[in-house]
Amino acid sequence: MISFMLNHSRLTVDDIEPSMSMLDYLRTRKQLNGTKEGCASGDCGACTVLLGEINQDGELVYKSLNSCLLMVAACHGKHVVTIEALTPAKLSISESDLHPVQKAMVDCHGSQCGFCTPGFVMSLYAMYITFSEYPGQEKVIEYLSGNLCRCTGYRPILEAAQTCYEYPRVSLIDTKTVLSTLSEILLGPEPSLVMKGKSCLIPQNLNQLCEIKSETSGVRLVAGATDLALEFSQNLSVTPALVYVGAVDEMRKYEETDDEIIIGAALPYSQFLPIFYNSFPETQEVFHRLGSLQVRNAGTLGGSLGNASPIGDPAPLLIALGAKVNLASSNGVRSVKVDDFFTGYRTTVMSANEVIVSVSVPKKIENQRLFFYKVSKRIEDDISAVCVAVKLTLDGEEQIVTSIKTGWGGVAAVPVSAPHFESHLINKTFNQQNIHQAVYHLNKDFSPMSDVRASSEYRMEVARNLIDRCWYELSSNEVVRVKHAAL
Amino acid sequence: MRHFETKIPADNAQVGVNKKHESAINHVAGRATYIDDHIAPENCLHAYPVISKISKGRVVKKDIESLKKLKGVKTVLTAEDIPGKSDIGPVFPGDKLIADEKIEFHGQVLMLVVADSYDNARRAARKAQIETSAEEPLVDIHRAIQQKKWVRPPHKMQRGDAEKAIANAPYQLTGEFELGGQEHFYLEGQVSLVNPQEDGGMFVQCSTQHPTEIQHLVAEVLNLPFNKVTVEMRRMGGGFGGKETQAAQWACLAAVASHYTGQPVKIRLARADDFKLTGKRHPFFNQYRVGFDERGLVQGADITVTGYCGYTPDLSDAIVDRAMFHADNAYYYPAVSITGNRAFSNTVSNTAFRGFGGPQGMIVAESMMDDIARKVGQDPLEIRKLNLYQPGRDQTPYHQTVEQHIVLEMMEALETSCRYKSRREEIIEFNKTSEVIKKGLALTPVKFGISFTVQHLNQAGALVHVYTDGSIHLNHGGTEMGQGLHTKVAQIVAQVFSVDLDSVQVSATRTDKVPNTSPTAASSGADLNGMAALNAANKIRNRLIDFIHQHFGSEQDSVVFENSRVVHQKGELTFKDLVNLAYMNRVSLSANGYYATPKIHYNRETASGHPFFYFAHGVACTEVEIDCLTGESSVMRADILHDVGNSLNPAIDIGQIEGAFIQGMGWLTTEDLKWKDSGELASFNPATYKIPAIGDTPAEFNVELYDSANPETSVFRSKAVGEPPFMLAISVWCALRDAVASITDYQWAPPLDPPATSEQILKAVQQAKRWNQE
Repeated sequence: MISFMLNHSRLTVDDIEPSMSMLDYLRTRKQLNGTKEGCASGDCGACTVLLGEINQDGELVYKSLNSCLLMVAACHGKHVVTIEALTPAKLSISESDLHPVQKAMVDCHGSQCGFCTPGFVMSLYAMYITFSEYPGQEKVIEYLSGNLCRCTGYRPILEAAQTCYEYPRVSLIDTKTVLSTLSEILLGPEPSLVMKGKSCLIPQNLNQLCEIKSETSGVRLVAGATDLALEFSQNLSVTPALVYVGAVDEMRKYEETDDEIIIGAALPYSQFLPIFYNSFPETQEVFHRLGSLQVRNAGTLGGSLGNASPIGDPAPLLIALGAKVNLASSNGVRSVKVDDFFTGYRTTVMSANEVIVSVSVPKKIENQRLFFYKVSKRIEDDISAVCVAVKLTLDGEEQIVTSIKTGWGGVAAVPVSAPHFESHLINKTFNQQNIHQAVYHLNKDFSPMSDVRASSEYRMEVARNLIDRCWYELSSNEVVRVKHAAL
Repeated sequence: MRHFETKIPADNAQVGVNKKHESAINHVAGRATYIDDHIAPENCLHAYPVISKISKGRVVKKDIESLKKLKGVKTVLTAEDIPGKSDIGPVFPGDKLIADEKIEFHGQVLMLVVADSYDNARRAARKAQIETSAEEPLVDIHRAIQQKKWVRPPHKMQRGDAEKAIANAPYQLTGEFELGGQEHFYLEGQVSLVNPQEDGGMFVQCSTQHPTEIQHLVAEVLNLPFNKVTVEMRRMGGGFGGKETQAAQWACLAAVASHYTGQPVKIRLARADDFKLTGKRHPFFNQYRVGFDERGLVQGADITVTGYCGYTPDLSDAIVDRAMFHADNAYYYPAVSITGNRAFSNTVSNTAFRGFGGPQGMIVAESMMDDIARKVGQDPLEIRKLNLYQPGRDQTPYHQTVEQHIVLEMMEALETSCRYKSRREEIIEFNKTSEVIKKGLALTPVKFGISFTVQHLNQAGALVHVYTDGSIHLNHGGTEMGQGLHTKVAQIVAQVFSVDLDSVQVSATRTDKVPNTSPTAASSGADLNGMAALNAANKIRNRLIDFIHQHFGSEQDSVVFENSRVVHQKGELTFKDLVNLAYMNRVSLSANGYYATPKIHYNRETASGHPFFYFAHGVACTEVEIDCLTGESSVMRADILHDVGNSLNPAIDIGQIEGAFIQGMGWLTTEDLKWKDSGELASFNPATYKIPAIGDTPAEFNVELYDSANPETSVFRSKAVGEPPFMLAISVWCALRDAVASITDYQWAPPLDPPATSEQILKAVQQAKRWNQE
């Protein structure tokens, strides 16, 4: 049984498939049909809802999520807000009943077919309650990059995002009531969902999680579900034993020591990135393009590494930075370098009873330069054709490469480094001539595949040229990026 | 047929002003319902297709019995179970509702599972065991061309002796390119809900642009007369041509399932299946030979366009025709030959998509203009202007005379307003010194023919009721897919009675209200249905005027409708009082209206005639940047001047123009359909097929309407707007080529097969660099 708030009501649920998505729950169980299914794979944003939860400071914070990727089981003790909550619950409404983001969408002609509109409204609403004043177009694009519209070309929606701040401000959420309801739920019985031999357990600490992991074979861990939910919605697979790790405190911490940053494995990207950027501002461009805001609000490092996807963007960075994965089991803890973590396509060194607790990232040292690039067919919310991180230390006027470590995504069955290439640059001057010689050794490090995203030739060419881009950024005044709202 | 033009009173204009979409408030509140949002009846069943995993071959064995035993499964249907017609080809036969034995594409429907829930139906369909014997599919268009494997015979348009003109011209160029298709990616996927009726008929709710065709096909599939089937369509979550013929199969399958179970049945395709199972924009292979003089003036052109049609004709005959009709775009070819081929492939049958072949044809003309410009060392804009249709040089390849010559004026106006010349100079300077980033600029025109090229489709009906409280009910044959059609038609009716738009209620499109309708397609929605509604409203208005004459003794000419009041010689009264009075005096307040487009004709035997009532025009200037290391690109700025005649609703028209431009930009840049060699679609979901996202909207995006009335007697002298602006995005592609051409100092532009993905652009950059070395 789990409990959560849905709009104005407190609900207790125990009669659903443990893997059920919030989208299916809203549409098939609650007849809340304002939330639309556009793709059921987290790519279009039509099903965007808000999820409110109490953060570590005891504050109620809301974020936008794709409800198709949001498991109902993950909502225990949280507040789900759907489009229906934005207007009064009467039969017929008029313009005066609309929330400012809705009114702005009407006034700016921001809807045509209207099917994506509730999702846009919810993303705008998330922005509206996060920022009390217009936060500028860059933020708007960040908030809306996970919402696809096929009709408008987006221009009127961008206008609406600004216009909504011109109307008198409206606050719909009764924070006090929500806080007390959620607190009450969280003090209640420990949650879980069990139905017909299938279950989703929701451990509250690492010990409990390790216990489950060692006692039950074949359990699937799930945090943001940005990957796993597709196995349910697209592959129609059935997973008898799910474990939601989002409530495990030890996996939701962010700590900095003198020489390390430790990021909890179940901490969503959007929660740690703003602080992480303080240490690694160079990573902002790529992380801004990792999925969409809705995906970053859900996805975690633990999920990305645990799935061992060859195209996840964090792994190349973590390889280049020399990060470690911290694992735990009922037998104890150990750390593995990300470099050594992947063993093959979607496989890792983890044993069956282990869980990823956190990732430790060494802090930058002096003279260290970091480059982190991603090339994809579409600039926003797309999977990399090639992703590369380059960590470089240069010495003296001569710009001698004293250390270099690279991490690559999209070029092999697992995220890899490129020792051959690196060895041809070490102790050499970082100039175009030496780069052009060294990059031709990349084909000893990997030979990319051709697939729907790019051909192997293109991937290799871009891999080489991105090292050139490092040089341009380091040593020239050339502009090396097209102007784009998301770059 | 009386064509209508009234003076629109400035203080109470309903037409020609910005009005919000009739569903805007419901859209933003999540209260606008789509088919899947209806609360399904308690006993509603769900059906899901079992699909082929091979592209060509035969079904050897279907294991139906074990399928029937799966959880929740009520029944399983095969081709043999179809009571009536099993071929649902819209124009020509070929499209099988359920394949019998022969498999012709990967994703073809082989059986239908009917179950108690969506989930159970989908799971069972996935588990179906079908033994097949595979044959080698024909997937490569060049093999189809070589083998002359066509779904319809080739067609040719000719004027003058192109061969001779090209040979005699001082310069000749040839070119060819492949051009990608496009997935519609309507946000609402295909969906139908069928309810059996007490009379043995079916009530069908379907997300379709063509309710009448759904009615006919459901009836034929079930062996029912048309009057037993009613189709209702309130709104689609996007159509773009993808629900013109492609909605029918799901409605018909649901109807067959309903026929066997006696229960309501819903079919909704999951997104990935929608990608695989429904037709797309036709990819094309285009070739041209052109002869021109020193100035770049075309002397003769020989163009061949070949559409990848898939396994059946569907609408491909008309689509390839429209590509041919637009292979001239806005340019005069003194001698011309245009051939259109319809190639077969073992893939899903391609279908209508905004522009209906027009974009695929038009891009040949623009490619040619660019190549000529590089050859004669001129700015492509000058070559474009030089070759425009003009009085005396006004014969199209299909022998229709171009009568309205406004493109040059529009190009010059945009050239000035967007500072083309100075930006061109700035860009040339920028590119000289910038090693990695290159900028490109292009200003291209659009001339798009308006009318269905199938003549009989150019008709429409409407139904208007005025109730005794003065409120008005409007129904017409067009469907609302987001384009604002209902809003525009309601504005027209409100204008006739000079009442507020709020007093006109548009209801769902229904085949039992307005029969025998044409699809809402070819940009014709407002032109046809607006005129039919106008006709209906005018009938009632005229009755009211006659009534005032009889009742009050005022002259008919003295009656003026304004601001919800009616003023006449002997007094005035509110519209509400007038209609109530008319009712009490037994005047009919309901009328149907009808419209058929005048003037149009086309003889396909001689490939000549007057297929288009008029042309809609537009010009766009686009600036891009490309990255020569990665091939990444970005559209920085787009300026558009577009001709919608006298706009019925500028806000809606501008919305259509902006949306079409971005959709066209997607087609030509990131939307990359990929098939495996086996014929299976590889880009079958939004994770692998990328339509433009919000950051792709140009940072500077200026859209203006060109102030000019339609010279033809269209409704309020407006012009159609749905498709024409899609082709403004060809300027994006030309600008990308321009950026690449800067590498050769604008002497040569390498081929850049659309979609111009990063990969294609990088390839072109490398070719340009190699050309410099040679």
